[in-house]
Amino acid sequence: MNVLEIRELSVDYQSGSGAVHAVSDVSLDLRRGEILGLAGESGSGKSTLANAVARLLRPPAAITSGSVVYHRRDGEPVDVLGLGRGELRAFRWKELAVVFQSAMNALNPVSTIGDQIDDVLRIHAPRMSRKERVERTVELLRRVGIGADRRRGYPHELSGGMRQRAAIAIALALNPEIIIMDEPTTALDVVVQREILHEIRTLREEYGFAVVFITHDLSLLMEISDRIAIMYAGRVVETGSAKALHKAPSHPYTLGLLRSFPRLHGPREELLGIPGTPPDLRSPPPGCAFHPRCRFAMDACSLRRPELVPGAEGQVACLLNDDKGVRQ
Amino acid sequence: MRFLARRLGFYLLTAWAAVTLNFLIPRLMPGDPVELLVARMRDNVDPAAIDAMRRAFGISDASLWQQYLDYLGNLAHGELGRSITFFPTEVSTVIADSLPWTVGLVGVATLISYLVGTSLGVLMAWKRGTWLDGVLPAATFMHAVPYFWVALALVFVFGVTLQWFPVSRAYGLEVVPGFTGEFAASVLYHATLPAVTIVVASMADRILGMRNVMVTTLGEDYVVMAEAKGLTSRRVMWAYAARNAILPNITSFALSLGFVVGGSVLTEIVFSYPGIGSMLLKGVENEDFPLMQGIFLVISLAVLVANFLADLAYVVLDPRTRQEAQ
Repeated sequence: MNVLEIRELSVDYQSGSGAVHAVSDVSLDLRRGEILGLAGESGSGKSTLANAVARLLRPPAAITSGSVVYHRRDGEPVDVLGLGRGELRAFRWKELAVVFQSAMNALNPVSTIGDQIDDVLRIHAPRMSRKERVERTVELLRRVGIGADRRRGYPHELSGGMRQRAAIAIALALNPEIIIMDEPTTALDVVVQREILHEIRTLREEYGFAVVFITHDLSLLMEISDRIAIMYAGRVVETGSAKALHKAPSHPYTLGLLRSFPRLHGPREELLGIPGTPPDLRSPPPGCAFHPRCRFAMDACSLRRPELVPGAEGQVACLLNDDKGVRQ
Repeated sequence: MRFLARRLGFYLLTAWAAVTLNFLIPRLMPGDPVELLVARMRDNVDPAAIDAMRRAFGISDASLWQQYLDYLGNLAHGELGRSITFFPTEVSTVIADSLPWTVGLVGVATLISYLVGTSLGVLMAWKRGTWLDGVLPAATFMHAVPYFWVALALVFVFGVTLQWFPVSRAYGLEVVPGFTGEFAASVLYHATLPAVTIVVASMADRILGMRNVMVTTLGEDYVVMAEAKGLTSRRVMWAYAARNAILPNITSFALSLGFVVGGSVLTEIVFSYPGIGSMLLKGVENEDFPLMQGIFLVISLAVLVANFLADLAYVVLDPRTRQEAQ
């Protein structure tokens, strides 16, 4: 049962020297209550994709084609890209909330944490009384492990981890169906990172929202996600369950990402990394955009762009996988 | 509140320095007011009269230290000496008579310019990329135009050619000063052109300053998040973006408030407005040291007070300074 269906979505950044195709032809499903990991290097289009879905793109970015359909719990589909101003405002936060990369910058520095939850409640739940709103705010903060007295605190008075918890509390305010988390733990140290991940998982169990979790840290995604989609140069190159991707990555890029981070557990592995740099998205390489950096590149890779097709498990866009997985 | 106490201490120290410099500088210069006055009279003055005048101006042969203490004592009683231009009127009386006109005119005009300019800057940043951007070249032009030029242009068009507004004085000759509607109307009527001059000439700075900071602020994550929260545009624009963008502009506003007391010298001269600016010009023309000294003292103290008010405003508006304050 999908809560969000992205179909053939493309986003361009208009620039003087031609359009930058930040997201090309992306189709993805988000199932109700799952954690979908979205991984890729900087500039792979993962944040742009998330912002496009949340309708937060600003010029010069523009959606050039595709559709995003949201399914309410009662089954009625909503065309997210076609929502009018008022409808969009009602859709936002109630159905889809966002936790931004750095909570330091995402929280209004001159407003208390409580006020930043309160203004959401005030606009989306006008029938709540002042007392009810305060109770709800305290409840939300308590739920993410912040004391009620912090309601009157300002963002700068909280530690990095606390701020991220506060941002999550704000996201939970209206019990949304979807929460997009754009690198929510990147700025935090490993210990706090782990606490936050644990918190997100627990809250998900409790509230049943679906999460799009964006990060460049694939090993972190392996731990938290149910499914993972790997993006490269604006396209999804592989999807699959976290377990399958971990065990047998089908795309050379996925393999490269996996071997870019040292593992904390298990046997030692050679860190491979990925040679080269991401391509210029104004003129991506012909054929498979990854072939100039790919250790397994064949002649055909520069001629023919592989489509995202069902592979051994999940989907993969790689010519190597027309019949088999990557040799490890 | 330690932060404020520290700031207050700093300003008291600065005020003391300003007062002391104000005392020292004239005494380091050759000549004294009485010599000037005598020179102006161009004939023999009775030595007894000179002596009396020296006493009136507080010039003595006492030690510098003694003079300094006397000066501080007089200052504490609000005595700034006698003006030469308006002899034998006290400088404090001259300032007290002209200050209300300047504060009323320049103060109100500065306030209007700030409020309107800031709001326009916020709006123009919010609507960037629309027809409102067309205002930008005009604002840049106004930013570059000297304000006395604006004053002269206004006088020429609305004062002389169209004769819609008076071109000099603070109120009509035919009305009697007092708390009457007639007097107030006359004052407002006379203040219109000079006030418009100040507003027009200073507003461009405010628009451009606010717009620039605001455009940067609009790119901040918390503004994007406010939008993602589904808040109304008005709330995102004011409570999230403008509320933060205004912080860097407070200092410049406080400074301009401080300089209100100095008057818009050229504007006051163009409109023959009886404010501090005109008095300062008269003082300079007549080498009226006591008057200049008094005016400079009032200006420096006003700038200090304005800065302290800016600090207060920061503490109220920016919680991050409050943490430092604890």
